[in-house]
Amino acid sequence: MATRFKSDETFRDDYRYGNSDEAILRFPFPFNEDGYMYGVNIEPHSRAGSNGAFAVAFDVDEHYVSECAERATTLALEPGRCLVLPHMDAAQWDTLELIMESLAADYPDQFVLERDGLDWTWTNRPLGLHQAFRFGDATTLPHPPFEYIVRQAQGDFTLQDQRDGTLYMDGGIATTPADWSLAFDVGMTFHEWHGPVPLAHQAGVFDRALQYLMRVRYGHPARRLNWTMTINPRLDTSPENFPLWGPDRASLTPENIGAKLFLRVELQSFFRLPRSNALLFGIRTYLASLDDLTRVPKWGRRLHRVIRDLNPELIGYKGLTRYHDILVAHLAQFDDGTPTTAGIAPDVAQLP
Amino acid sequence: MIDGQTLTLRVADAVLVAPGLRRLHLVAADGARLPPAAPGAHITLTLPTGHNSYTLVSADPEAGYEMIVRRTLQSRGGSRYIHDTLATGDVIAATVPHNLFALHSQARKHLLIAGGIGVTPMLAFIAHLRRSPAPFKVPFELHQLAAPAETSVFEALLDARPGERVHVHAGEGYFDFTALLAAQPLGTHLYTCGPAGMMNAVEAAAAALGWPDSHVHREDFGASGGEPFTLRLAKSGIDIAVARDQTMLAAIEAAGVDAPSLCRGGACGVCMVPVLDGLPEHRDHYLTSDERASSRLVMPCVSRSRSATLVLDL
Repeated sequence: MATRFKSDETFRDDYRYGNSDEAILRFPFPFNEDGYMYGVNIEPHSRAGSNGAFAVAFDVDEHYVSECAERATTLALEPGRCLVLPHMDAAQWDTLELIMESLAADYPDQFVLERDGLDWTWTNRPLGLHQAFRFGDATTLPHPPFEYIVRQAQGDFTLQDQRDGTLYMDGGIATTPADWSLAFDVGMTFHEWHGPVPLAHQAGVFDRALQYLMRVRYGHPARRLNWTMTINPRLDTSPENFPLWGPDRASLTPENIGAKLFLRVELQSFFRLPRSNALLFGIRTYLASLDDLTRVPKWGRRLHRVIRDLNPELIGYKGLTRYHDILVAHLAQFDDGTPTTAGIAPDVAQLP
Repeated sequence: MIDGQTLTLRVADAVLVAPGLRRLHLVAADGARLPPAAPGAHITLTLPTGHNSYTLVSADPEAGYEMIVRRTLQSRGGSRYIHDTLATGDVIAATVPHNLFALHSQARKHLLIAGGIGVTPMLAFIAHLRRSPAPFKVPFELHQLAAPAETSVFEALLDARPGERVHVHAGEGYFDFTALLAAQPLGTHLYTCGPAGMMNAVEAAAAALGWPDSHVHREDFGASGGEPFTLRLAKSGIDIAVARDQTMLAAIEAAGVDAPSLCRGGACGVCMVPVLDGLPEHRDHYLTSDERASSRLVMPCVSRSRSATLVLDL
């Protein structure tokens, strides 16, 4: 099925953004039960039995063209959002190869990779790009290899060097961060950059997750879902720009919250890179308004129960404190008390 | 690549480089590209005699993989099969490359110590270090221990360039690791591969000199698989054989018994099952040390059994 790209969406200023019915039904809803707490919710990122946003290595959806334009805008304003330390050079080329190979294999009508030894030609039809280059020679690309390819992918990415029994965030791009800063985190260990997360350290979640991630093998990627909420469909909720988006929390009212508050889901993926032995983290952000999500009856019921019963420390950490009351009151209208089925599936083939 | 398929490889060439040492050149059977690999990576071949892991001496997506296999008499038969039976044109199944012996990105110097056929990852390391571009060039020093009759074989394989510190030593028993390690500059990382006794001696010398563990690296193919055992599922009332290269979880699933799982890597805790009898061999990262010691719980996705039979409450 060919995806129709919405090429005129914006994620700042006038916020022209919306999800089609198909996009809502394939949304990676993050709650598989009527409650939420941290756990090691990592699973194989495998094709078998997967659908929607989970079916391919790097999901390309209707927002692709607009999200790539948004990334270019953010990088033009703040080039430092893409940082790669010098020893991660091989990981840059690994990332370029992985994303090009995956997109070409999963979307052969849109992306083509032709290889003749080290002479490669890349065609990206949605963005109208055609690039001949020499693999391994950065002077043959208009940007360094990591930046070149992540400018053509949705979501943020970080590059982890594995050494000393941990993972170091030694590179990445963060133009769609959920309130974390690459410039602050770069060079940190896994436990250091997760330092601010409440509750999960004590539960041993990061110790176990690190052991798992260090054992992720080439060809056997893993994934997990994480979530928060964002006012307006804003991708760049960076600490650097907090003055631009933080005050929006005060703008929510019972009347506008359904359209203005977005569930922000990160489909995080973890890929072992072959030449560098580094680990690539994909942090793919999906946005859907409460109005969108509550069109799925099961999700409306479940969202109410999860948000109502959320641990107070998580309410604070996820930045929901100021509007939690009106959020719960708004969602209550979608919860008739009916039991929900296990799992994240919408349980409807079409939206009412 | 989202799903790591098994590779189907064809033997493009198999030559004896010295008595008892055979170099295999493997390419994709369908002529396609092979996955690249970092120096230190290995693949596991599926041979009629079982599964054998070998370090890749070189790995190029188009040119293919190279490995050097020593014929050993006490092996389970894999190396004998490769030497005596495997022929050019034969097709064998293999895993995609996996690396548990990586060069450290922050090393100021790499010190490589190999014994005998432990030379194979060192060949991959020095090929990589030789072609690193100038700003990333890190000095290395290599010491190869070899039987006196084989020194010329290893000298030819290592092919030292002018100015390189590559040394082949005749005789495996008399090398002064302590003196070598004591003379290294701060920031040196040490890599050792060879007979267990030699690697133990190198590690002991490093520990005695106060080297941090994080700077000492040893070839390791990982503990995937193990001895076969019998799994008794008490509730289902069936016995299942768990093969050498199969996980308990896969065996349970293959028997058609419903067993929830998530990460399949011993981290999430979803597949945890009570043990009714037998002694589990824990390989997970989930159970506490007390829970491990009690032997009352096991994670079937990664763990195995020390007893011939393990009885689960499933």
